[in-house]
Amino acid sequence: MTSASDVPEHRFRLSQLIYDTRYRSLTIQVVTLMLVMAGAGWLIDNTIQNLHQLGKDFNFSFLGNRAGYDIGQQLIPYTNDNTHARAMLVGLLNTLWVSVLGCATATVLGVIIGVLRLSNNWLVGRLMTVYVETFRNIPVLLWILVSIALLTEVTPSPRDYKIDAATGAAKAEMILFDSIAFTNRYTAIPAVRFENSLGAIPTPLAPISLNFLALAAVLIASVWANRRLKAHAARVQETTGRRPVTWWKSLALLTVPFLGVFVALGGHLVEPALKGFNFTGGMNVSNAFVALWAGLSLYTAAFIAEIVRAGILAISKGQTEAAYALGLRPNRTMSLVVLPQALRVIVPPLISQYLNLTKNSSLAIAVGYMDLRGTLGGITLNQTGRELEAILLMMLIYLAVSLTISGLMNLFNNAVKLKER
Amino acid sequence: MKKSVFLGTLAVAALAGGIAGASTLDDVKARGELNCGVNTGLVGFAAPDANGNWSGFDVALCKAVAAAVLGDPAKVKYVPTTGQTRFTALASGEIDMLARNSTWTFSRDTDLKLDFVGVNYYDGQGFMVRKESGITSAKELDGASVCIQTGTTTELNLADYFKANNITYQPITIDSNAEGEQQYLAGACDAYTTDASGLAATRAAFADPENHIILPEIISKEPLGPAVRHGDNQWGDIVRWTLNALIAAEEYGITSANIDELAKGTENPEINRILGVEGELGKMTGLDNDWAVRAIKAGGNYGEIFAATIGESTPIGLARGLNAQWTQGGLLYTPPFR
Repeated sequence: MTSASDVPEHRFRLSQLIYDTRYRSLTIQVVTLMLVMAGAGWLIDNTIQNLHQLGKDFNFSFLGNRAGYDIGQQLIPYTNDNTHARAMLVGLLNTLWVSVLGCATATVLGVIIGVLRLSNNWLVGRLMTVYVETFRNIPVLLWILVSIALLTEVTPSPRDYKIDAATGAAKAEMILFDSIAFTNRYTAIPAVRFENSLGAIPTPLAPISLNFLALAAVLIASVWANRRLKAHAARVQETTGRRPVTWWKSLALLTVPFLGVFVALGGHLVEPALKGFNFTGGMNVSNAFVALWAGLSLYTAAFIAEIVRAGILAISKGQTEAAYALGLRPNRTMSLVVLPQALRVIVPPLISQYLNLTKNSSLAIAVGYMDLRGTLGGITLNQTGRELEAILLMMLIYLAVSLTISGLMNLFNNAVKLKER
Repeated sequence: MKKSVFLGTLAVAALAGGIAGASTLDDVKARGELNCGVNTGLVGFAAPDANGNWSGFDVALCKAVAAAVLGDPAKVKYVPTTGQTRFTALASGEIDMLARNSTWTFSRDTDLKLDFVGVNYYDGQGFMVRKESGITSAKELDGASVCIQTGTTTELNLADYFKANNITYQPITIDSNAEGEQQYLAGACDAYTTDASGLAATRAAFADPENHIILPEIISKEPLGPAVRHGDNQWGDIVRWTLNALIAAEEYGITSANIDELAKGTENPEINRILGVEGELGKMTGLDNDWAVRAIKAGGNYGEIFAATIGESTPIGLARGLNAQWTQGGLLYTPPFR
């Protein structure tokens, strides 16, 4: 007997959207998406309405207006006649500058501390543990404030360097052949000047000095030549088994051409001298910058040290023992065998630390360093009253910077990670 | 039936809620407390004592408004604001009024959507330096480091002044007066610049005020006054006329000592109108007729407040100068109460 009722009806019922596992995940996703969109729509609508109620509009034209304020630290030329947009750029460059220097310092410190923390020397190991635990567990803002307090309270003020007519001596003396002066505002250091300047290319951003371009070109050429030299040495070693001595050739390659060009350009150091209220002639590195840099680097270095330690511990002990068995010394084992393998563990969390450092640099406001937060998010915001626009712009810029750092570091990670073939 | 009543009530409540949201006066009355934005701490103008009780020239205005609106000068919540946070605090509704030596400028009045309701102190920007520096004029400050509060008009004036005089300076940006004081005393800046009244107040708080001088140059006009949000005219009127009542009280000789006597009625119709004996001035702003009596009783008239907080008998020692009544050669001049 055949029965027609055997054929199940494949009619889609609405209840299947909830009860049928084939459709349920889709339903949940669609509903979630709609809720998220509704939430975003509500937020935007609310903002527009509130702005309208306050009688404010939303536009970025204020960026083109004259800023009218001065900025203490600047990497590109800026006067108070420039626009808010340029002030923002000055701030952004200050942010990037302190972040790049901070990341570099933190990495160097972090790697050294992380390796030393694993040292067999009891005292060294414990000292590094103390360092890591102290810096990791106290907020970075406090470290920045401690740094600035130390710098301003301990150092003399510039006028203390003035020679007192009565005694014939000054209260404070410059160090290193009268070339460096620590003050409670800045550290005055010698600056490089060129007698026979090649001039500069004017660009809208900042004039690019041809002298520095020439020096950079020579340096790059030297590094390239040095790599060729090393490659040659490696080839010789492979064919004859003996590695030629290259260190003095390398040294000469890296320094002689550079110094030659430097002297040819008439390069020399100008030492700072007290004139009026402040030191002029040299370069004044502001205490705000140093405090921020030191605070961020020391704090992040503690985290990087832990990451490095974890990376090293992740490499099996057998690798070290094998290297020792081949007769490699401990420092070469570390730099040639362990660290290269540890990098694949170290790099991903390292990216986060770089991002953290960059974002933490917005604490600059605490010490009066004019970063992006200080210019766009501080003075510009306040003088123009464009809170929403300024904050949005600032968020976008930080987002872009973070994504760029993350992207570059991921490229690096792809280059160093374990190649599986 | 019941349902429709319920819905009707809901609709009325919603409507009332909408209206209440728009009126600062009703908000303040419902809250029973005035949120007044003040300086984070500037002795003489607004500063808390060891017990957290605020006092000062600007604080007195908060008290007067609270007394006029709520009947009690103590019903004020003081919200400390910095140069950077003050206008956002007002625009966002965190505070009902701002009494924080803020300069009345064109863009703040228009673009920032604030309403400056009057001037309670006519000021100008000055410089303070150490006596031992030997500086006697602001024009000698070439190359100096100058401490400056960010987000202020003084910051812009400073840039303009040095440019106009073709001299340079190094700005040391600070966030609050307290930080400026500390940086200046630590020697991180050669000069500290802000409103001359602020300098006098700051100097008075030093351990050695005699070692610091305020330079003679006044480089700007800084009319300082209370501000409210743009758009709530009733609330603006209340704050404006409370300030005017304090100023007018001094002009007509109404003091906290004789106000009870005068409130019974006098020969002078203007005094009678201010004190609510005659006319309905209070009702016009949404308050009762005794509002000005309470406001003046809170801390005395303008002259009394000035003398008690920043005047010559206080450590701050400011002379009345421009801030004298128009009858004494000053700029204080209120529109008539009628």
